[in-house]
Amino acid sequence: MSAILVEHIAKHFGTVKALDDISFSVDKGELFGFIGPDGAGKTTLFRILTTLIIPDQGKATVNGLDVVKDYRKIRQDIGYMPGRFSLYSDLSVEENLNFYATVFGTTVAGNYDLIRDIYVQIEPFKKRKAGKLSGGMKQKLALCCALIHKPSVLVLDEPTTGVDAVSRLEFWEMLKRLKESGITIVVATPYMDEAGLCDRIALIQDGNIMAISTPSEVIKKYPNSLYSVKSDDIFSLLNDLRKFPDVHTVFAFGQAAHVSFKPGQSAGSSLQDYLQAKGHSGIIISPVQANIEDCFMELMIK
Amino acid sequence: MYRAEAENIIVVKDLVKKFGSFIANDHLSFEVKKGEIFGFLGANGAGKTTAIKILCGLSYPTSGSLNVGGFDIYREREKIKKNIGYMSQKFSLYDDLTVFENIRFYAGIYGLRRKVIEERASGLMEKLDMKEARDMLIRDIPLGWKQKLAFSVAIIHNPKIVFLDEPTGGVDPVTRRQFWDMIFEASREGITVFVTTHYMDEAEYCDRVSIMVDGKIAALDTPEKLKSIYGASSMNEVFLKLARIKVE
Ligand SMILES: Nc1ncnc2c1ncn2[C@@H]1O[C@H](COP(=O)(O)OP(=O)(O)OP(=O)(O)O)[C@@H](O)[C@H]1O
Ligand SMILES: [Mg+2]
Repeated sequence: MSAILVEHIAKHFGTVKALDDISFSVDKGELFGFIGPDGAGKTTLFRILTTLIIPDQGKATVNGLDVVKDYRKIRQDIGYMPGRFSLYSDLSVEENLNFYATVFGTTVAGNYDLIRDIYVQIEPFKKRKAGKLSGGMKQKLALCCALIHKPSVLVLDEPTTGVDAVSRLEFWEMLKRLKESGITIVVATPYMDEAGLCDRIALIQDGNIMAISTPSEVIKKYPNSLYSVKSDDIFSLLNDLRKFPDVHTVFAFGQAAHVSFKPGQSAGSSLQDYLQAKGHSGIIISPVQANIEDCFMELMIK
Repeated sequence: MYRAEAENIIVVKDLVKKFGSFIANDHLSFEVKKGEIFGFLGANGAGKTTAIKILCGLSYPTSGSLNVGGFDIYREREKIKKNIGYMSQKFSLYDDLTVFENIRFYAGIYGLRRKVIEERASGLMEKLDMKEARDMLIRDIPLGWKQKLAFSVAIIHNPKIVFLDEPTGGVDPVTRRQFWDMIFEASREGITVFVTTHYMDEAEYCDRVSIMVDGKIAALDTPEKLKSIYGASSMNEVFLKLARIKVE
């Protein structure tokens, strides 16, 4: 049985079509990612799965329970971390956590193991009001609150936005362990490296799912020829590359620019000459394998 | 662009900020050069937002001397506010005003005249490709648009310095890169950029980067130098090596 089954879900807000026609399923114990531009419909979908809003059309179940009819039971089984602030600003860190534990009839001590890795980072500040935490510290507390009743399905809406690079690593290690313990996880993320850590990823755009696949399939399907290009001035480099004949996309990637050409076209040796003529120095051009971020950007701009 | 011989546009000496007995900024000292893109990195809770608010004249330090854009932080706050732009970590536009109303509101704060405001507003919406969104409420437009608009509004008065506190947090990979194109452009036009981010590829675009750990600056240099000092191939590695004192 699928942990989550969604069939032809649609949802409007006034004249805005937030979800058009969404179908997918998530296996028990799967780590399932959603990516896509803001406003694509991820949050609306997550609010339907967590029984907070009702779809206009279609059917969705969580652990076989219907999101409309069985919402009470689902709420016991599901942990939800909304993208926006979900904490009580006037309660301390500790009080927030206790509050969520109590609502679900459990205790912090009982499930401390689940949250330890993240909670230790904010525990030194447990007496501090949640409203006075830094942005990333709030995210960490919100995640602990979503986990404290040991849900069997975890729905996370951009949990690592604002979280620092070290903590993101730890966070994903924790997700891996939760998954291994049998918890089903659905997560939206703007970080493409994180998308690459999911079992499967759905790309959602304008209220529709454009593609669902594993990270390795996504990479295998990348159609273009891709080059990494460096020079001593990244800003001019990006601008000049965009004007190069037949170029398909130009994206900054840290120290280099990634330049793609549609199948059948390539940079050839003329790119070197072109950049030299534009006055660039320290030019290095090398073919590269597309990474997961290249692949998703290619899908997004279509 | 960073030039060692350029004049200092921000000078911070021994900045301390306490909340009760907790020390959020612990004797910070650093300079920012005119025209550079200065990356202000650090783990969650390191004290970045706290310091930025002080630099923008929005909160007072506990002690220390600070000069921003040639003005003293204690005596010339109003001048500082006129000469800087600020985009806060939380979203800085009004959700229930339209795109145009937000532009007009911010331009008005900086004392731009009505005619100038109209001109800049339409120029801006043209440039951002947001003309159809002119009369839409901020709450109804996508995050990426909001962030680009918030940035444009933060520099609508041609400030000397713009402070950007996690401007690309949660923004999709394509839009995030467009945002950096705007940063580069502002920098080319001579605006000094002071920016925080948790995306380590973005740290590579900065002229110099400081990394804060527990209220102190643990490292400050160009990305190239930092990578060679820490034997790392990317800023991500540098950050992972430095950024947090391990909690046992
Ligand atoms: N008004 C306040 N009262 C008490 N503590 C505060 C207050 N404001 C901030 N702090 C504390 O100061 C520390 C630094 O917070 P700050 O927001 O500057 O961090 P940051 O580096 O911006 O982190 P992030 O990357 O998560 O945004 C944190 O421990 C925070 O809880
Ligand atoms: Mg901050």
